[in-house]
Amino acid sequence: MAIKNQIKQSLIIAFWFMILTFPIMVIKVNTIRHTIDFRWANLVGVGIVTFFASMTWNYFLRRNEDQKKKEMDDDIPLIHRLLQNDRFRRPFLGVVAAFFLAYPFVFPMYHTSIMISALVYVMLGLGLNIVVGLAGLLDLGYVAFYAVGAYAYALLNLHFGLSFWVVLPISALLGTFFGVMLGYPVLRLRGDYLAIVTLGFGEIIRIVLENWDSFSNGPRGIGDIPAPTFFGHQFNQENTMVYIYFIVIGLVLMTIFFVNRLENSKIGRAWIALRDDEIACQAMGIDKFKTKLTAFALGATWAAMGGVVFAAKTSYINPMSFTIWESITILCVVVIGGMGSAIGVIAGALVLILLPEYLRAVSEYRMLVFGALQVIVMVFKPDGLIKSVRKVYTFNVQEKAIHEQTNT
Amino acid sequence: MKSFFKVLAVAVLSMIVFAAPGFASDTVKVASAGVISGDLAPYGISALRGVEIAVEDLNAKGGILGKKIELLVGDDVCKPEVAVNIATKLVSDGAQMIVGHVCSGATIAANKIYKDANLLIASPASTNDDLTFSGEHPNFFRTIANDGAQAILMTDFVKNEIKAKKVALIHDKGDYGKGQMELVRNNFEKMGGVEIVLFEGVTTGAVDYTAIVQKIKRSDAEVTMWGGYHSDASKIVQLLKKKRVDTTFFGADGIIGDNFTNLAGKYAEGVYATGPNDTSGNPLYQALSAKHQKKYGEDPGTFFHNGYACMQALAAAAEKAGSLDYDAMRAAMFEITIDSPLGPIGFDEKGDVVGAGFSVYKVIDGKYQQVN
Amino acid sequence: MRWINIALGVAVAGIICFFAVRELLIDPMYFFELFLGGLTRGSIYALIALGYTMVYGIIQLINFAHGEIYMIGAMTALIVASVLGMWGWNTAVIVILAFVFAIVYSCAYGFTVEKIAYKPLRNAPRLSALISAIGMSLFLQNYVMLAQTPEYLPFKSLIPDFKFWEPFAHIITSVEITIIVTTVIVMILLGILIKFTRIGKAMRATAQDKVMSALLGINVNNVISATFVVGSATAAIGGVLIACHVGQINFFIGFLAGLKAFIAAVLGGIGSIPGAVLGSLVLGISESYFTGYFYSEYEDVFAFTILVIILIFRPSGILGRHDAQKV
Repeated sequence: MAIKNQIKQSLIIAFWFMILTFPIMVIKVNTIRHTIDFRWANLVGVGIVTFFASMTWNYFLRRNEDQKKKEMDDDIPLIHRLLQNDRFRRPFLGVVAAFFLAYPFVFPMYHTSIMISALVYVMLGLGLNIVVGLAGLLDLGYVAFYAVGAYAYALLNLHFGLSFWVVLPISALLGTFFGVMLGYPVLRLRGDYLAIVTLGFGEIIRIVLENWDSFSNGPRGIGDIPAPTFFGHQFNQENTMVYIYFIVIGLVLMTIFFVNRLENSKIGRAWIALRDDEIACQAMGIDKFKTKLTAFALGATWAAMGGVVFAAKTSYINPMSFTIWESITILCVVVIGGMGSAIGVIAGALVLILLPEYLRAVSEYRMLVFGALQVIVMVFKPDGLIKSVRKVYTFNVQEKAIHEQTNT
Repeated sequence: MKSFFKVLAVAVLSMIVFAAPGFASDTVKVASAGVISGDLAPYGISALRGVEIAVEDLNAKGGILGKKIELLVGDDVCKPEVAVNIATKLVSDGAQMIVGHVCSGATIAANKIYKDANLLIASPASTNDDLTFSGEHPNFFRTIANDGAQAILMTDFVKNEIKAKKVALIHDKGDYGKGQMELVRNNFEKMGGVEIVLFEGVTTGAVDYTAIVQKIKRSDAEVTMWGGYHSDASKIVQLLKKKRVDTTFFGADGIIGDNFTNLAGKYAEGVYATGPNDTSGNPLYQALSAKHQKKYGEDPGTFFHNGYACMQALAAAAEKAGSLDYDAMRAAMFEITIDSPLGPIGFDEKGDVVGAGFSVYKVIDGKYQQVN
Repeated sequence: MRWINIALGVAVAGIICFFAVRELLIDPMYFFELFLGGLTRGSIYALIALGYTMVYGIIQLINFAHGEIYMIGAMTALIVASVLGMWGWNTAVIVILAFVFAIVYSCAYGFTVEKIAYKPLRNAPRLSALISAIGMSLFLQNYVMLAQTPEYLPFKSLIPDFKFWEPFAHIITSVEITIIVTTVIVMILLGILIKFTRIGKAMRATAQDKVMSALLGINVNNVISATFVVGSATAAIGGVLIACHVGQINFFIGFLAGLKAFIAAVLGGIGSIPGAVLGSLVLGISESYFTGYFYSEYEDVFAFTILVIILIFRPSGILGRHDAQKV
């Protein structure tokens, strides 16, 4: 009976979609040649596709709900269980390390190139994760700091001939500085008001870069940005790619290390507390403003470093690379990967950045599939692909003491 | 859903393996790169179709150096960072010569990869002066005249034919549009006698341009020059007419072609624009247009014939050099003269085209017609 | 602190007034035309911002796909109008049918989008719903691009140039008048809907407290759907009118217009309907003056600066309620 009802429901849905998509999918008007093209085949296609899509959609939605009822707490993601288990942890990490070490030597340059892009996004994602995932501040203008880093390298190199390795720490400081400067006036705002103001700052920085010709060379951008050197030695293009690849791997490892340490530090716990309940947090004596500002500034630091790598890899930057879409992509990396979870963000970046590259096979439908996947992942895994696991703090010693007390 | 990620990982890995290039082949691999998706897609697609038809024609005659041509296609969405990725992909896939890219910014970024891989690149549409004047792109050639030449033509025409005293320069803040207007401004300043009353940028795709139109009206500009693409231009032209601003609209090759006249409709009447020379009298040009019409059911787009000429030039250079060796081919590029749909063309020592220039067009009865 | 703020505000207002009066005396016609241009632009923003603000008011979601609903409205109107035009129907009938179809289809899309992308996420983290909305926006853009065309399509104005208005058409065109008048009408109708009808009351109740209103017998899901439908209808009207104004559409028009409208909604105090209109008008008019008297390059910078300044002094927008934070 249930099946019959479901089929009936899906038939209705399919019919609804056939009506819904009729003008756009079926009719194609050429106003210049004055012809109308009715593409009836599309109508049938929409009907069939939505029928089956709605069947599977409903099936998974129901299954998801059943699961939710069954296991409330212990659905720790597979990968976390793997990492927590000592027997699997080492071999697993070994395999991952071997894969990434061998990667640039096994695959052609193109794959190294897009892997670098993806790893830059891992860095950006981990940085934004501090702001959005840990401290719970929605930042839609994260790309501003990315631009600061990229332009810092391009301009300092152009005017003063500073090398990659000199600019990297400078830009990190610049990022922090900009984070504090932009964060200071706006961090009093809450929720979506903060989001829209940060979005504004992102756009302001881009527009200024676009229009202030004498400073940033305007929309023509800055070209011939040198690749990083290895103790003064400049590789050829292919080896440079490999070299940048390992630099990014190093930076990503450093980021993971820092973020991990931060998360378990006093300030990290303050962020999480602030995200979960601002008022309780203030009542406990945490300086709300300072805590938020550190999150904002630290996030900006990683973005700036990501920007330096981006500029070094692309060798040409212009303001078009720093539009609001970039901020949105980074935010998607964090949320789809799993807010607050470092492994999730890494997975999110790799999937989100590599997927469109490999989807080039279906180039036209690339962004369509990408958009649909975003919706699907969010509907079925609202906490992201790999959700974060709260660290459980246990006080074994005291418990034992209490135990002993009650026993005696 | 837990297995979802695993399946995805397997899928991605297998794609990587399958995407790895095949080895040693008896074809010549030519890559066509440019923007073929997004809002600038019409420009890139027109060039790509030119290359496609040129490859068909060359293959029918036996290909290059007796080998068939295999065409690789890359889409850079007009973004420098994507262009770099695409360029590395094309080089990894074994491309031996490149036609592209379309947007100048993308070309500049991608050429670093091509230069390092010792590949010749011929662009049908990148008009930025830096590409040939800076000397940093020795492997670069183009079958379209550069922005500098176009700007000189525009300023001369405004001063000598329209005899305007006051001009307003409006651009779309992009590298193409703003660059074009800056060149025009420099030329006017050098020439003297023409006052620039306005130099402003507008946001592309904005819902409303009334304020800037009022500003043009207040500035009493006799000619409004536009650096940018056709969509924003048609919005501004419409408003200028509706608000009865007495000014002549003058654009560069970004607004040449039917795209603009279709969009602006009756408001397009009287608009001037510079564009590649009208070589529609050329028999090859006509034959190719007919071929395009037959294959795609519509008239060729803006850069179709330039794309065809690029492919012709690279093939001719390879034949002349007798090999696909970079130095030999580069040397041959300077010597060849090809019978292209743009007329007989060659290349000067900077890599700029000789023999194909720009002319001024005016919209008369809904169609662009050459006026000089 | 408070006195310094007030003194600063008065000083800035004084300077602005001084320059405004000076410009008004120098060239009153220009001043007036810029005002009208700003009014039109503000009304355009308002028609889109209304949908944003209603949806936000009820489920606290930045509905990123709202701009796409607006685009689909315009696209549907274009398709219907050209088909009927080629079949040789009467112009008046075409105009009415194009509007009706645009509204009906936009409502249907708004309704469906909510059911697919937002309803399953009602209890999920708020950012997940935001990403889902972004995904939906990408999907709809590319769907229209693939099913129709990536190129700009000419949009023949559905609103005729009024004959009697011909002598003044260069000051403000018929289409612009229609946009302003429609915005006023839509705002009044929405106000009536929210204030006096049953569904309007249910909407307000749901916006305040979902659980409580569900306990009182309000079908929260239906109310949310209704909000999406009403919001989409205003977006559709906006879409068609704006397409008439600029004379062209493509699949991407929703994004930029949506972004600006969203800023306007936040400026006015998101969740408040008069706030959305006021915010839009403030944004539109001040942008127009900024372009007219300063540099159009920095128009958006100026818009964002206004936003930041207003939010710093009034953290919930001009007309936003200043909610006490719930513990």
